[in-house]
Amino acid sequence: MSAHATTFAVPHRKMAMWVFIGSECMFFGSLIATYLSYKGKSVAGPTPAEILNIPLTSVSTFVLLMSSLAMVLALDAVQRDHTDQAKLWLGGVIVLGGLFLAGQVYEFSHFYHEGLTLQQNLFGSTFFVLTGFHGAHVTVGVIWMATLLFMAFRGKLGPEQSLDVEVAGLYWHFVDVVWIVIFTVVYLIQ
Amino acid sequence: MSAAPAGTMHHESIYSGGIASWLTTVDHKRIGVMYGVTALLYFIVGGVEALIIRLQLATPEGTVVGAEVYNQMFTMHGTTMVFLVLMPLAAAMFNFLIPLMVGARDVAFPRLNAFSFWTWFFGAILLNLAFFVNQVPDAGWFGYANLTSKQYNPGLGIDFWVLSLQIMGIASIASGINFTVTTLNMRAPGMSLMRMPLFVWMALIVQILMLLAFPVITVGLVFLLFDRFFDTNFYVAAAGGTPVLWQHLFWIFGHPEVYILILPSFGVVSEILPTFSRKPLFGAPFVIFSGILIGFLGFGVWSHHMFTTGLGPIADTAFSLGTMLIAIPTGVKIFNWIGTLWGGTIVMRTPLYFAVGMIALFIVGGLSGIMHASTPIDLQQHDSYFVVAHLHYVFFGGTVFGLFAGVYYWWPKVTGRMLGEGLGKLNFWVMFLGMNLTFFPMHFLGLDGMARRIYTYPAGVGWEQWNIVATIGAFVLSIGVLLFYINVVRSLRSGEPAAADPWDAATLEWSMSSPPPEYNFAVIPTVNSARPLWLHKYGPTRDISKHTKEDGTPPQPDHPVERVELPSPSHWPLIAAAGLTLAGGGTMIGLLPVLIGAAVLVVAVYRWAFQPLERPGNPVFGPGGGSG
Amino acid sequence: MEPRSAQLGRISPGCSICRAVAILTLGIALTGCGVADVPDWSTVQPVSDMGRSIVDLYKIVLWWTAGIFVVVELLLVYVLIRYRRRPDDTGVPDQVHGFTALEISWTLVPAAILFFIAIPTVRTIFDVQRPPPANAIEIIVTGHQWWWEFEYPDLGIRTANELHIPVGRAASLTLTSADVIHSFWVPRLGGKRDLNPGSENQLWFTPDSVGVFDGQCAELCGTSHANMRLRVFVETAESFDVWVDQQRQPAVEDSVGVQTFLASGCVACHAIAGTPAQGKIGPDLTKFGSRSTIAAGILANEPDELAAWLRDPERVKPGSRMPNLNLSEERIASLVAYLGSLR
Repeated sequence: MSAHATTFAVPHRKMAMWVFIGSECMFFGSLIATYLSYKGKSVAGPTPAEILNIPLTSVSTFVLLMSSLAMVLALDAVQRDHTDQAKLWLGGVIVLGGLFLAGQVYEFSHFYHEGLTLQQNLFGSTFFVLTGFHGAHVTVGVIWMATLLFMAFRGKLGPEQSLDVEVAGLYWHFVDVVWIVIFTVVYLIQ
Repeated sequence: MSAAPAGTMHHESIYSGGIASWLTTVDHKRIGVMYGVTALLYFIVGGVEALIIRLQLATPEGTVVGAEVYNQMFTMHGTTMVFLVLMPLAAAMFNFLIPLMVGARDVAFPRLNAFSFWTWFFGAILLNLAFFVNQVPDAGWFGYANLTSKQYNPGLGIDFWVLSLQIMGIASIASGINFTVTTLNMRAPGMSLMRMPLFVWMALIVQILMLLAFPVITVGLVFLLFDRFFDTNFYVAAAGGTPVLWQHLFWIFGHPEVYILILPSFGVVSEILPTFSRKPLFGAPFVIFSGILIGFLGFGVWSHHMFTTGLGPIADTAFSLGTMLIAIPTGVKIFNWIGTLWGGTIVMRTPLYFAVGMIALFIVGGLSGIMHASTPIDLQQHDSYFVVAHLHYVFFGGTVFGLFAGVYYWWPKVTGRMLGEGLGKLNFWVMFLGMNLTFFPMHFLGLDGMARRIYTYPAGVGWEQWNIVATIGAFVLSIGVLLFYINVVRSLRSGEPAAADPWDAATLEWSMSSPPPEYNFAVIPTVNSARPLWLHKYGPTRDISKHTKEDGTPPQPDHPVERVELPSPSHWPLIAAAGLTLAGGGTMIGLLPVLIGAAVLVVAVYRWAFQPLERPGNPVFGPGGGSG
Repeated sequence: MEPRSAQLGRISPGCSICRAVAILTLGIALTGCGVADVPDWSTVQPVSDMGRSIVDLYKIVLWWTAGIFVVVELLLVYVLIRYRRRPDDTGVPDQVHGFTALEISWTLVPAAILFFIAIPTVRTIFDVQRPPPANAIEIIVTGHQWWWEFEYPDLGIRTANELHIPVGRAASLTLTSADVIHSFWVPRLGGKRDLNPGSENQLWFTPDSVGVFDGQCAELCGTSHANMRLRVFVETAESFDVWVDQQRQPAVEDSVGVQTFLASGCVACHAIAGTPAQGKIGPDLTKFGSRSTIAAGILANEPDELAAWLRDPERVKPGSRMPNLNLSEERIASLVAYLGSLR
């Protein structure tokens, strides 16, 4: 239907993604608010200071930020009909997103070995649910990008599909921004 | 549910076609009808639950049901009425009417719309499956932690409740996105925001409230699920957590939810009063902005549900004053409605009866709301029958009467037939009497110290007479509602055929035949007024003189002048919704159904994403079209 | 303490219009209350400073809202009658779109009315939550499914479901819960306050009349939420002291009854001071015989009712945590006699 004229001259899907992002803000906002309100309330360890590995997470944060750059370049390539570059940058998004997820898997399993489980204390419950839901969002994003890359290899990702990439990109950037907030709130401000 | 209207329509009706056509439909009108029919069926379920409650309380130490069943009844009554009746009944109207009122041929995402409906539909079934395995939720519609924990509530009852709310929440967010975009982005040329019908305005505010409120309850439910399934500590006091967290999350959702339930009704009344007083809505911009203000303030007052929790005097003061502020925009609406009637030539038809009844009853609920907005008073009234009286004046007096007004008003547009006028007025008076007989005495019961959610009470404390009156009232009310169903059935079987514009109304939905053609508008209208059809019929009005009668929007021609292509039916939204519900509900059984459900969901979403909206064989009308 | 008629006099309003409305609303609400012998739950016949503050505030809000109710509903009815279409009305009425001055006034007038409601509201909010006076009697209230535990830390008394407090002296309650959320509510003594597990809430009031006042848990707390009642005895200072002395006497250790009690499984949950029974799960039974009700205000403390309760707790209180111990009639009779003797 986006081919038809729209009141605000914005494609429906793009507006829908913005609206969805507004809704997601409340979702992550509630998770983060819960994390903050339970901060320091755990009756058992380990505490964030004992267990969080800031250097490692800084690296994965950087990786995720770079994936947003790749996303911008991928959209630009699709809009300019540079399919090969589009494939390259979409692949970049997937690899960087995958690296971030790998870092999270490593971090989670490391924490489990250190004794921080979902059940261990309030920190464990709030930390894993908050970062886990973010990780799930990244996973959905990676699958979405993989679908776009698949379309590119099938030759079905030209400028006329640039809206598909743009909408996926909006989602990807949002998930990145959420991570910046989580990284700041959970890791940096202890 | 599909058979009811379909079987009665004449051959070329938009409702004709077999079950398969209903399962795969992406037509907003049919989806609206499905929401409406399902909601009206659940209205009977929720009503029966209410009658069981009233029978149990008719006498002291009642023995109609036991403690367990009573707790299940008020839990299911509340959950059913909020999520399975009032919200979907409003959704039925949004679906059917928003495209018609803004001058669009469909919603922004027709298949997402079908997905929303089926997800809600399956979520509602999941909730009621609890009855069939006799594991019925019993912790109230508000499900306060930690009564909902595995420790204090083993069994599957709470799981049914949590999972179905979670699934229906997804439906609400999906339809919130859909209708926000539809309303903002699909308006006919010339329909500026300030020319948008009031009903659409209130609907838009509702969508935004749903988008912002449902994620919060989603998070609260996620915590509860994790506590129950994975033994986490979110609401566990022993681990340093607090069950009060749930109350915050629930009411940050729950208070906007109150406005999600009442604003559609405000919208309906704001359409009906102008039509039947034959005047424009008095102070329309003020009604719009007061609606926006109510929605906005609604996010800042959640803790007025928690005054007894012990928030301290500072928070009590802030939430008390914030709540009182909401009375101002609400009052503005009521005065503007009276201003609309003032000086009109009021046509006393059934929709107007219900609309005026809504105002009269909502005033009672609004004023008792001011009482418990005052924290100290609430310390006495909270969780007493006074609050039961208050909320039923708001939800039954306000929402149900408002939505019934809407059903009476738009029924001709939906079905092409009129509802009986005499029976309609009888329906109104019996409901009005029953409503007041049931709920007004509850004020006295509350002041006399009767607590909510008690299945039994001692004899001799002076509660007997008002309880028996309330129970009699509930049966009178039921007869009133029954008259409505009789009216509906009679109308479908032998109702007087409806003209395109039976009420001499002003807005776009009355510019096409009743029921509307599949494509809604043969010609996308151009809009130069908030009352485009009125302008065409009666010419410019005193305040708005820059337009002439010719600028009005004429009735639609019989056939499209240009080629109109509509989206093809699709079964993938239905299958995706089924997969989602299986994956969610399956968590109560084991991993296998979850994996199957998830696989079905993923496949369906991909097939849907790669399926063109319009495919060969889709409905095409007008020049070069087959089916027109 | 003042006579009862004077208390009622406070509730009745001064002006004649007010009195008419009072009959309509308060008056009807009062009809069920005030009979001497029956449990009395009215929120508008307060017997404490907190209850009175709330009713005073309620009256202010009631008059304003009742006034608004009458004016607006009459206006609505007037408009419907005055402007209903007559058979000779064929044209369209004057198409008025609005009137800004009117909009401003019906925004400002309600705002002004709210101001008059808000001021006493805020005053009362702070009034009822100010710190309790130093001579207040301290009581720790712990909610359980489905009974109330009352501990007087300064007096060394632990009892259940029936609270004794002296008249004219502030009672300061520290509220918490052992399981789920409950809410302490004795309507005539003032507003309710939740008992949250893991944290403590405060509620205090000064009762000003001697009497027996009933209450009910006011937060859904599970199956037998309705069966979680309580009773407050407001007593003269002298009777209160007598009660305190009586409560502090330990039970006799070597009776036959105590042997039956110890042999019957009751001991797993219940404590009787002075005997080996030291269970903490159920109510302390040290002075069981001195209570007027059993099972959290559900039954009168009569031998027959107690026997029925011991025979099958589930029948009296659905979901009860007290198991059916399948006691023989003989044993029940012995327990009833023994428990009744614990005064």
